[in-house]
Amino acid sequence: MTRADALPSSLNPNNAGPPLWLLAELTYRCPLQCPYCSNPLDFAQTEQELSTEQWISVLRQGREMGAAQLGFSGGEPLVRQDLPELIAEARKLGYYTNLITSGLGLTEARVEAFAEAGLDHIQVSFQASDPELNNAVAGSRKAFEQKLAMAKAVKAAGYPMVLNFVIHRHNIHQMPDIIDLCERLDADYVELATCQYYGWAFENREGLMPSKAQLVRAEAEVNDSRARLQAKGSAMKLIFVTPDYYEERPKACMNGWGNLFLTVAPDGTALPCHSARLLPIDFPNVKELGLREIWYDSPGFNHYRGDEWMPEPCRSCDEKDKDFGGCRCQAYLLTGNADNADPVCGKSPHHERILAARRAADHATAGLQDLVYRNARNSRLFFQG
Amino acid sequence: MSQIPRFRRGFRFQWEPAQDCYVLLYPEGMVKLNGSAGAILNEVDGRQDVDAIVQSLQRQFPEAGDLGPDVRAFLEDAEQQHWIDLS
Repeated sequence: MTRADALPSSLNPNNAGPPLWLLAELTYRCPLQCPYCSNPLDFAQTEQELSTEQWISVLRQGREMGAAQLGFSGGEPLVRQDLPELIAEARKLGYYTNLITSGLGLTEARVEAFAEAGLDHIQVSFQASDPELNNAVAGSRKAFEQKLAMAKAVKAAGYPMVLNFVIHRHNIHQMPDIIDLCERLDADYVELATCQYYGWAFENREGLMPSKAQLVRAEAEVNDSRARLQAKGSAMKLIFVTPDYYEERPKACMNGWGNLFLTVAPDGTALPCHSARLLPIDFPNVKELGLREIWYDSPGFNHYRGDEWMPEPCRSCDEKDKDFGGCRCQAYLLTGNADNADPVCGKSPHHERILAARRAADHATAGLQDLVYRNARNSRLFFQG
Repeated sequence: MSQIPRFRRGFRFQWEPAQDCYVLLYPEGMVKLNGSAGAILNEVDGRQDVDAIVQSLQRQFPEAGDLGPDVRAFLEDAEQQHWIDLS
């Protein structure tokens, strides 16, 4: 038996669940420059990527610990030439394998080769419903056409297909067109994911965050589309992720710190989520420690387990077991101290920061040209000071 | 009922020792199945029709009484969830 809750409590004092979800960020290299990228601002500092053998070892260890869902992500995972080998190994181990890609670097031949290797699903991201806006956001002239071709190839090869759109103030008005495009491409799932403000998106928050009015309208359009799809018996599912900046209670981030999700960054740094690298916490590296030791024993992964670490207002809050005080990264970015309650919470003494961001979104004037685009040149500015 | 249930492309049913249960995996998601859901879906092999599945489950759980209505209701629900096709 490998059930985590069957471990003696001395070995798992915080009763952490097993890492059922493993996100393998294979690389930070990417041909696109989306200004809301979740990669760290200083990603260009990370040059040494794990080798094929090191990744395979991570996959084996994760599966032994119970990981069942595996995401190959990045950066753009397609730039790794060993991807077919990693997919084949993951499938052999029993993972459900997801490729999360921009579609750039994909070909019909690779779509077929990945299927033969055992890939279960491909998620293709789009930036907008039309080529002009899409390519402006992606910082690439040929992106849209390539994405269309690859979405068609993914479906033709028989994969289930998720299309992902990151939603922000410059494309939220396209909601009906976006859903229409997805229907034409015969998507199985559509993720309409409003920007979460970490990494590059935090840097660009004022230029990205939709106003309340924009959001209300988009939500109504999504609900109308859901009703229409259901009426015609369509199996296409719309998943609308609304921004927590418009909530009064924080999200139960990652279902709890180190409780379900395990991210391994390109250089082998193990993280409880893909943003946690920005926190002033030492996280272990798979090159130095085994995954089990990392997950159950390392100070980094135990840092925010349980509730001993919580200051007020979380400590005495009757909702602390429901939302775990919200997101540590958001607390850090907005208050300078990751222990604090997530300022999204109306009970947080820093909630005014959220209210100010909402007011700013009502009056924002920044255009696409004013955003900081995610590329190596801009990244170097963040670590060279 | 001579319908033959099959998992839809992209849905994978498997036993997970770490969770001590059957799960259904699909793009970026996972459903943990309780004992009876796991036992029913474990019979979905693309060959057995619904009647054969009910018979097989009756053999496995002889004390359970008539399983037919519950099994049929569950499979219809699973079809509505788009986990399986009934054809």
